[in-house]
Amino acid sequence: MLAHATPTTIAARVRGLSDRAIAWLFVTPTIALLLAINIFPLIWAVYLSFTNFRANRPNAAVEGVGLRNYQRVLNDPDIWIAMQTTAHFVFWTILLQTVIGFALAYLIDRKFRGHGFWTTVILIPMMLSPAVVGNFWRFLYQPQIGLFNYIVSFFTGIPPSSFEMLGSVDLAPWAIIIVDTWMWTPYVMLICLAGLRSIPDYIYEAAEVDRASAWRQFWSITVPMALPFIMLAVLFRGIENFKMFDMVMLLTGGGPGSTTEVASITLKREAFESWLTGRSSAFAIILFVAVFGLANIYVKALNRVKQR
Amino acid sequence: MRKMTKILMGMSSALVLSTVIPGMAKADELTLCWAAWDPANALVELSKDFTAATGTTMKFEFVPWPNFADRILNELNSGGKLCDLLIGDSQWIGGSAENGYYVKLNDFFDKEGIKMSDFAEAAVNAYSTWPKGTPNYWALPAMGDANGWFYRKDWFAKPELQAEFKQKYGRDLGPPQTWDELKQVAEFFTGREIDGQKVYGAAIFTERASEGVTMGATSALYPFGFKYEQTPGKYDMEGAVNSADAVAGLEAYKALYKCCQPPGYTDSYMGEGLDAFKSGQVAMAMNWFAFFPGLHKDEKVGGDKIGFFVNPKQKVAASTLGGQGISVVANTDNMDGALAYIKWFAQPEVQKKWWALGGYAVHNAVLNEPSFKDSQPFAADFLVAMNQVQDFWQEPSYAILLQAMQKRLHDYVVADQGTAQEALDALVNDWKEIFEDEGKL
Amino acid sequence: MSSLNVTAHSVVEPTPTVKRIAGAIVIIYALVTMVPLAWIFLTSVKSPPDSISYPPKIVFTPTLEGFCNLFTTRTRQTPDYIQSLPAPTGACDEITRNRNMVIAGPSNYWPRFGNSLVIAFGSTFLAVSLGTLTAYGFSRFRVPLADDLLFFILSTRMMPPIAVAIPIYLMYRQFGLSDTALGMILLYTAVNVSLAVWLLKGFIDEIPREYEEAAMIDGYTRLQAFWKVVLPQATTGIAATAIFCLIFAWNEYAFAVLLTSGSAQTAPPFIPTIIGEGGQDWPAVAAGTTIFLVPILVFTIILRKQLLRGITFGAVRK
Repeated sequence: MLAHATPTTIAARVRGLSDRAIAWLFVTPTIALLLAINIFPLIWAVYLSFTNFRANRPNAAVEGVGLRNYQRVLNDPDIWIAMQTTAHFVFWTILLQTVIGFALAYLIDRKFRGHGFWTTVILIPMMLSPAVVGNFWRFLYQPQIGLFNYIVSFFTGIPPSSFEMLGSVDLAPWAIIIVDTWMWTPYVMLICLAGLRSIPDYIYEAAEVDRASAWRQFWSITVPMALPFIMLAVLFRGIENFKMFDMVMLLTGGGPGSTTEVASITLKREAFESWLTGRSSAFAIILFVAVFGLANIYVKALNRVKQR
Repeated sequence: MRKMTKILMGMSSALVLSTVIPGMAKADELTLCWAAWDPANALVELSKDFTAATGTTMKFEFVPWPNFADRILNELNSGGKLCDLLIGDSQWIGGSAENGYYVKLNDFFDKEGIKMSDFAEAAVNAYSTWPKGTPNYWALPAMGDANGWFYRKDWFAKPELQAEFKQKYGRDLGPPQTWDELKQVAEFFTGREIDGQKVYGAAIFTERASEGVTMGATSALYPFGFKYEQTPGKYDMEGAVNSADAVAGLEAYKALYKCCQPPGYTDSYMGEGLDAFKSGQVAMAMNWFAFFPGLHKDEKVGGDKIGFFVNPKQKVAASTLGGQGISVVANTDNMDGALAYIKWFAQPEVQKKWWALGGYAVHNAVLNEPSFKDSQPFAADFLVAMNQVQDFWQEPSYAILLQAMQKRLHDYVVADQGTAQEALDALVNDWKEIFEDEGKL
Repeated sequence: MSSLNVTAHSVVEPTPTVKRIAGAIVIIYALVTMVPLAWIFLTSVKSPPDSISYPPKIVFTPTLEGFCNLFTTRTRQTPDYIQSLPAPTGACDEITRNRNMVIAGPSNYWPRFGNSLVIAFGSTFLAVSLGTLTAYGFSRFRVPLADDLLFFILSTRMMPPIAVAIPIYLMYRQFGLSDTALGMILLYTAVNVSLAVWLLKGFIDEIPREYEEAAMIDGYTRLQAFWKVVLPQATTGIAATAIFCLIFAWNEYAFAVLLTSGSAQTAPPFIPTIIGEGGQDWPAVAAGTTIFLVPILVFTIILRKQLLRGITFGAVRK
């Protein structure tokens, strides 16, 4: 991706700092910061994951426990339930956001009058704080005083206080999917829009000459050409929602029971409420390896699609 | 664009510089941390006298209950200097004492002549001592509290309801004495139209994230005969935590939730419960005594519209313990000031004013006053409740124990998973594992 | 890649009917997604009883009570006591007394908002500065292991924030950085710098190196050329990057709630904890939310072009 040759001819003429010195000067601070705040803690977390350390017991002896933390995490049914909850959340949010996002991008790309303005309006939800807005959605979802149930009731005739978006086991997983979709569809839409606009006109013009129907053009030109972008959007949203914490924490706190307890909430409870620091570090490492591995496999697939 | 960037950068660098220089704590300033609720506002009023007497400025950091434990324990663990004084929950004593987060107050008490025998024994035991019951004091009892109930006296007094209830149940409609009666009264009100609004029987605690559902359900479990251990101190929970009595208690709590909780109260704790009552949605509600003075003053549902009662008994009489002691945070930069505040707060006159302002003083000078029982409509109930309190584990690992219980109870009561027996069996297993890790089993 | 052109391609132009239908659907979608935001604003000017009325009220008398409650702490008092006080000194004073309460003092909202400003702008400034330098370094010089380093820089963003927070928490506790603005600025900078490097390298790669070479032939040093030639060319990219960093730092919740408790707490963990006498004081929460959203809305609208470019660019780069 980089690997440009250094123009040595010029370097020779430079007064003052040599290029090499500048390169180091420019790159080192960032690397130092990342080492201090990202890598060093990561290594520390790996170390902790093999101990019984608890951050709220400064006086207790820290003992190595080998792989026991990992064994326990992987054998804990609650953690597997949390992973399934996360998977359900990630799958449906990605599906909905991709379908709606792509449709919106396609429509905006029709370039009706004022599409620039409306694009900006659509973008607004993704600029906002998921925590602050998620907290307010709790109010919107109140069965008696919230707006959401009344709107649903207005269109369907179901009495507003007869269902509880956040309180019922069946609806709560969808309540968080709705908010996430509301927030992040614009993001997918933008990336899809970039994809649509990267398709050169001449391809469509050629198709027009061949008298391909609009339907055919859509499926044989638009979708395949935009596919790498769609896949990218899926990657970004997938990683983000795998990490999901703030919005769900404020909306449901993982409830009712544990029906919306995504992995990050479980992790937060283990690490910062139970203070099982060693065990939660093991869980954190497992999550990291999982997302890192999946993302890498996915990027390989993406590159294959791109090269087609 | 370029200008914009420059302005942005200039602004931010100025801001950065201004914060990197840390604010120095002033010697004549104290920060007191507590939960954000009615009594905290009363304490602000009370502390004005301390400032007047000593010239020390008081700052307050009040955290809402659902975040309180989370945030303050985090603060203590991180060695922060936010709080000089902390009114921490009773269950925190064990951990805070063992980890040295609180200052041990024995020497100070001796020097200043503050005697723990001047305070109600149950309160001292619950809020100040660690290990439990030994004369090692880590806090001064600041605020007695227990879970109690209140009801719409005006609704209960309606003649037509009185008559209907008597016909149906063969007794007068009044504050319930047992959990069976509680359920009957709650069912009686649920679905009725009163003052043009559909009302429900009772608002009870169902909160998931912190401690709500546990505090609510134990108010049913304790009276039904739930025990943490067969033999105190032995951690033999099998057959105590999941006894037939405990199962019946938990089933009773769920039945009350299912029949009579207003819609949307699936994750509700103190605040939501108060809202349900104040907005005229419920006939009865459970909540901490701490809120009773405020409720009594409420312009809409207070005064003679409200009545109070102690947690109903079943097999035994029991109430869930609340309340806190005031501790000095070991990390404080103003130890003398913090101790001076405790010394001031322990004085009988200050304790009397504390009760008058809406705080639950547990100083004997207040409680033993002959007029105490009649000083407030809930004062007599408070004395009864404080004599029958039971508390959650106060072990250093209380947070994990509590979390396990929160999960099991919420899964069963609200999310409708499994049976009460299964929930309590699972809880015993969770707790066994925790105590095994501790080396106590 | 640079051929990405956000403005237009003149394909076979869609027919007017198609345009009209497309426009109508998009506008309806946009309006629907605005409903929650409109409701936040409406709630902020409702009185507390109106805000929790059942069914929800759309027509009501606007009041500033929510904002008053947001900025103050209040205690309930008896009417006699309130009668005995001197006349109210302001609108908020009056509103509060009508509810049988008196203002006890200012709330923590503005200090938290101030923390948000300091931490978000401070970290954005640092992340963009470091990012620009590093991106230039990677773009123009041969850095050993550059590919690995770049990938490593990016991969640090894949960790769930809670996972990152565990060791950071311990480290900050050790170094006394818990609950300090400095600690939060460093952390947000570290999180943002990876994105900044990645985005900015793309922008700087696009600036022809002949410009600097020409400048250097004219006698500029490398540093001068960077400062006087490259930076002005890169302003759009820098602005786009800055907005992204700012949005992240302004809205961040997980680190803030775990690593700050008071002195350096930002607004996102604070706003959900605004309570009234019972549960959440929704008008005050809505008022706090509205004020908190304003800066980011203004930025979005003013800098939307750069923003679009940044997002789409980020997408294309990989």
